[in-house]
This record gives sequence, structure tokens and C-alpha cells, in this order.
Amino acid sequence: MHDFTALQVVWFVLIAVLWVGYFVLEGFDFGVGMLLRVLGHDRADRRALIHTIGPVWDGNEVWLIVAGGATFAAFPQWYATLFSGFYIALFLVLLALIARGVAFEFWGKHEGASWSAAWEWAITIGSFLAALLWGVAWANIVHGVPIDQNGNADGSLTTLLNPYAILGGVTTVLLFLALGAIFLTLRTKGELPERAARIARPAAVAAAAATVAFLIWTVVDQPHQSGAEIAVSALAGLAALGLGATALPGVRDRAGLAFALGTATIATLFATLFVDLFPHTMVSTTNPAYSLTLNASASSHYTLTVMTIVAVILLPVVLAYQGWTYWVFRHRVGREGFTENTRNPLDLIAGRGENDAPAGS
Amino acid sequence: MTALELARWQFGITTVFHFLFVPVSIGLALYVAICQTLHYRTQKDVYARQQLFWGRLLLISFAVGVVTGIIQEFQFGMNWSLYSRYVGDVFGAPLAMEGLAAFFLESTFLGLWIFGRGRLSPRVHLATIWCVAGGTMLSAYFIIAANAWMQHPVGYRLVGGKAQLVDIWKVLFSDLAVWAFLHVILASVLTAALVTLAVSAWHLRRGQEVELFTSAVKIALTLAVVGALGSLYVGDELGRTLIREQPMKMAAAEALFNTEQPASFSLFATGNFSHNPRHTNRDLKIPHLLSLLGTRSWSDPVQGVNQLDTQYQQRYGPGEYSPYVAIVYWSFRSMIYLWGLVLALAARGLWLWRRGRLAGSRRWLGACIAAGVLPFLMNTGGWLMTESGRQPWIVQGLLKTSQASSPNVSSTQVWTTIIGFVAIFTVLGGIALWLFLREARSLPGEGGEGPGAEASLAY
Repeated sequence: MHDFTALQVVWFVLIAVLWVGYFVLEGFDFGVGMLLRVLGHDRADRRALIHTIGPVWDGNEVWLIVAGGATFAAFPQWYATLFSGFYIALFLVLLALIARGVAFEFWGKHEGASWSAAWEWAITIGSFLAALLWGVAWANIVHGVPIDQNGNADGSLTTLLNPYAILGGVTTVLLFLALGAIFLTLRTKGELPERAARIARPAAVAAAAATVAFLIWTVVDQPHQSGAEIAVSALAGLAALGLGATALPGVRDRAGLAFALGTATIATLFATLFVDLFPHTMVSTTNPAYSLTLNASASSHYTLTVMTIVAVILLPVVLAYQGWTYWVFRHRVGREGFTENTRNPLDLIAGRGENDAPAGS
Repeated sequence: MTALELARWQFGITTVFHFLFVPVSIGLALYVAICQTLHYRTQKDVYARQQLFWGRLLLISFAVGVVTGIIQEFQFGMNWSLYSRYVGDVFGAPLAMEGLAAFFLESTFLGLWIFGRGRLSPRVHLATIWCVAGGTMLSAYFIIAANAWMQHPVGYRLVGGKAQLVDIWKVLFSDLAVWAFLHVILASVLTAALVTLAVSAWHLRRGQEVELFTSAVKIALTLAVVGALGSLYVGDELGRTLIREQPMKMAAAEALFNTEQPASFSLFATGNFSHNPRHTNRDLKIPHLLSLLGTRSWSDPVQGVNQLDTQYQQRYGPGEYSPYVAIVYWSFRSMIYLWGLVLALAARGLWLWRRGRLAGSRRWLGACIAAGVLPFLMNTGGWLMTESGRQPWIVQGLLKTSQASSPNVSSTQVWTTIIGFVAIFTVLGGIALWLFLREARSLPGEGGEGPGAEASLAY
């Protein structure tokens, strides 16, 4: 019934992998962002929290940019329909990512209390808004939006904010929040890990409940269910239940296990969405005949071949050096290094800071 | 205004704003990498301290460049969906390669560079800043290759009314892509040189940190000479490539309305205020110079706007095929004339360097401070010329800008995003400038590779 080539499937899978990579990696740094003012009671706490993701958040965000670029290169019709259709939603995502991105950089550049508070709120709200909107957007992609025969989608906010999609958004917010809290129990020291764990447990239960509800609604929402769709949905449900179970007394202290299950939940949830979407890239609720298929969205065989060669060479290299980065920054971060008036940047500028490396000539 | 006009304004505004920061980041990453290498080799404290001082400025610029870069990638699909449908098969490839090859590299290694000081060995830490510098240049390469294809499409065929890639090498290594890339890199080197020169001159005029900032002026002057002389050579090659491949753009850039043989070079032209006034009112010219520059001969012809317009009407049907001539002409003139000023400033600097009087010449130092704004004017002029000179085409000869915007995006929607972006750019630009000037005026801290140095860069 549907025609598609092996290379088109390869690129559909690769784009799914890029989105999953983005949501897993930026998922926990969105979570840390949302928890910044909840867990960080003062400036030293917050500096420690930011330090847990400081070296990696920008590299994590590149997964999104590459997912977007890969969609443009491999499925230009998908890219054009999605980005022009979900216009205002993507504009809000952009605002959220911009505010959050510069906030990390600008936060520590000045000491004022209102300055810090403003950028902390930019990080918190930016992280929350982006997490929410991505869930809403992906629920709508899988459910479908009105699309005409020329591939023009109507993804205005009134269309996008339907109950199913809002549940999708709540699910991603809770999942990212839980993953961020679990991440912090693993990466901080002092009082912070305990505080994070107190959030992580209820967040994991709530995220698991929302994920299961969203999965059930997704299964019901799909007109036809193949064996593969049932299987991957069940897998995602199991991962979510596992995540929720980490709040139980016996497994409470297994933060590593909880992190693995949180990651698995996000990965299988989005795998479910991509399996449901296949073999389409955009679903039309106006007329099923107007839905974009893989074949109708894809670039030529030559372009896909070129991009496959590039990806096969570069992706392993990228994975290697990003993995290495996480290894380099595997240590726990505590507030001790960041209390006021010790290694304060402004003191260093004025030459008053403690510095173990004596100035040279 | 129509949604199309608004989408054009939005692209122009976001591109110009984004490109205020990009050359600073590319150039300063290179500058910092050079300082860190000099420190690694000589162990001199003056380089270690410079590397931290300029590194702080680099990070401010980099942050704004990165976040505004995401808008660039999104808005092809958001505002220009017909363009994306028509050329995605060709244009998407270099964009995706940019992400895979360059964005991952620069972002990941910048994190390693900022936070890895003291955690990585000095040698590996030095390698991270070179990865950042290399990543920024690689990024410029792919995006310029994509842009060069819009200026002069090659390596494609038309299938079902859409452009389809047939030869990726032609796209990546077209003459235009290579020359335009070198031009952008040299412009970035010049930008960093003039920015660091301005900051150093400000400190030298106050007599503070004389040793450090004299050293900085020497590095900056060297880069300025490389950037300015390199731009002369590359600009000349680029100009001749354009005369061959985009004759209309060059004719407009020279205000050459009618074909001349031999062609003279316009120094200062005035014309009526209209899209294409079809003639200049006054024009101060140097005979033969345009033939010489454009064709390497004493008296070969160079085609004019009006003749090209007639040719294009015969080939593509009725319509106006010239860009807004005054914009292209004056953006090109400003690039050339400001380049002349920079060259004079650098020459004077070299002379003072030879005399050992770099730190003491208050007038030259004052001129250096003022010259800090020049690279931003020149860079903006360059993009205005490149992009407005291609009009009415979005892809030269293949697709008109008027047929490329998103049909399902209303002018209300574009108004919403344009107001949002302008508001956020105003706030961001203001804060970034304030932070940049504040950091630039502060005194450099201690050097070294210890955790204290990390804290002065990390957030």
C-alpha cells in the first residue's frame, strides 16, 4: 500500500534517533533548569546546580538543531509542512530556548540579586515552556492536524492545545522533571542530593502515571494498531512503571537504576510515537489522502545516499567525544567551591582572589 | 505590509543581528587559541592572562550567536516553506552537515574548554580551544556553501519543478563557495583584530597593564594586516567570480547602469531615489579601472544593469530583474572605503610598532578605539550587498523571492514573531553590549590553568 525505499526508512529512523537523543539529553537539563530555584536555596547552591549541566547543555541542544537540519535535508516536505504549520508554537519554543541559553551565560556575569533572579527565572520558565511545547507538538504530529492538499498545515495554538496534546505536554514536563531530579541526586553532593531525591520520588511516580495515561490514549487514538505498535507501547509502559517503582522503599537509593529507567521511558515513549507515525511524516485530519508519506516527503536517492555517508562517518565521532565529555565531568558538584567571596570571578579580575598559581614574570 | 514583505524584513533583521556576533566569535576563538598556544609554548604569563581576558569576551559573543543561530535554521521552514519544498533536496544537505560536523564540535568542545581547565592536561585543554576555533570555521564553510548555491546554483537538475541534487562536490566546492568562505573568514579575523585593538587601545590610553595590552596590540595588528591584505586578494577574486556568475549584482554594486567598454570604476555616484533609477545623476569615475578589476584587461566590456535587465526579460519573461541599486551600491562602497580606513590605521600601527611607540601614541590609540565599530559596519554591508543584490531572486535564475514564502502563514503571524524577535534582540543586544563593554574595561585577572582560572570563565 505504501511505497518507501530502504534509505527513506533509514533516515526516518535516524531522525527518530536524533529526537530521542535530544529529549534524553536535554530532558535532564530541562529538568535541572525547572528545579533551579526549587532546589537551590542560595546563590552557591544554584551555581552548583548550573555547574552540573554547564559543560554539556549546549552540546545537548545541538541534537535538536541536527534533528531539524536532518529533517530539512532528508524530508524537505516534512520540514516545510511542520515548521510553517506549527508557526507560533515553534516561535514560543525559540523564545524559550533563547532566554534559557543566554541565561546560563549571563547569570554569573554580575552580582546583583535582581540580575540573578531574572536569569534564574529565564532558565526555569524557558526550560518548562520548551519541555511542555515539545510534548504538545509531538502529540499533535502523531495525532494529526488539518493539512490541505498542498501540504499546508494549520497548527495554530487553538488547534494544538487539545486535551490529548496537553496530556502529552504534561507527560514530557513530568518526565524531564523526574529525570532532572534523578540526575541531580547523582551529580551533586552535600545537602543537594537529598533535596533532589525528595523531588525525584514523587516526580517519578507522577511521570510514570502521566506516561501510562498518554500511552493508552495514544493507542486508542490510532485508527489501526500493528503488532509492532502494541509491542513498543507495552515496552514504554513497562519502562514507565519501572520508573514509578523506583519511588518504592526498597529501591529508593538506586539512583543509577532510576536514571536508566527514566532515560528508557523517554526513549521508548518517543519510539512509540515514531512507530505510530510511520509510514507518514505528517498526518492530515482533513483528509487521510492529504497526509504526507515518507516517500512524498523525502529527498532524492542521491541526497539520501550522500547524507548517509556523512552520518555514518560523523555520528560515531560525535558520540565518542560527547561521551568523553560526560566522562570528564562525571564528578559530583557541591556548593563548597561556590560560596561567596572565594573563587569569585570579580575578585579574580581585581587580583584579590585566592589563586594557587602565582603570577609569572 | 504583506506577509512576504514582513518575512523578508524578519530574515534581514535576524541575519544582520546574528552576524554582528558570528564574526566576533569566529575571530576571537582563533585569537584565544593563538594566545593559549603562545602560552603553552613560551609559558609566559602575559599570554595566559590574555587568553582568559579575551576568552570572557568570546563567551558573551558566542552565547548570543548560538541562540540566534537556531532562529536561522527554523525560519527557512517557518517563513519560507515554498523555498524549503523547492530546494530542500539541495539546500538541506549542507545545513545538516553543518550541524553534524560543526555545531556538535564547537558546542561540545566549548563546554570542555570552559569547564575542563585544571581537569584536562594543558595539552588536551589547548586542543579543545582549537576544536572550537575549527568548529566555528567549519560552520561558516557549510552555511556559506549553502548560501553560494542560492547565488549561483550548480550541481542540480530540475525534476517535477523542484531542484534535485546531482553533484554534492559542485555545491560544496563551487568557486563562489570557496571565495565567499575565505572572504568571511578573513572578515572575521579582521573583526577580532579591530575589536581587540580597540579594547587594548582603551587600556593603553589609561596607562594600565601596558605590557599585556602592548602584546595584545601586536597580535591584533598582525591579524589586522593578514585580514586586510587577504581581503584585498580574496575580494578581488570574489568580485571577478561575481561578474561572471552574478553580473546583475556586480553591475548594481558599481552603479553601472549601461554597459561600458572600457568600463570605469565609480567612486561616488548619486541617483534618483527609486528601485532602479536606470541612470546615475552624478558619477565620479576612474576610467578603465572596472575593466581592469573585473576582467583583467585594459578595455574589455562590463555589462550594465539596463542591458542585463533586458536580457533577463527575454529569458525569464516580463518583470523587473534589478535589485535595489542604491542599497547594493552603497553597501559595497562602504565595505571598500572602510577597508581603506582600516588599512591606513594598520599601516600607521606597523610604523609605530617599528619605532617602539605603540603604547605612547594617544592619537593613534584614540583612532583604534573609534575603529572598533568599523568591522560591524563592514560585515553588515557585506551581507546587505550579497542578499539584496540577488533580488528579485531567492535562488538566482530559479525561484523568485515572491514565490518562496509560506502561503499558510498570515501577516498577523509574521507580525507576532517579528515584534517578538525585535524585542528580544533589543534586550539581548543591549545586555550583551553592556556586558561586553564592562568586561572589556575591567582589568585582566591572573592567568594559569588552575581551578581559579576556570571560575573566571565558567558560570
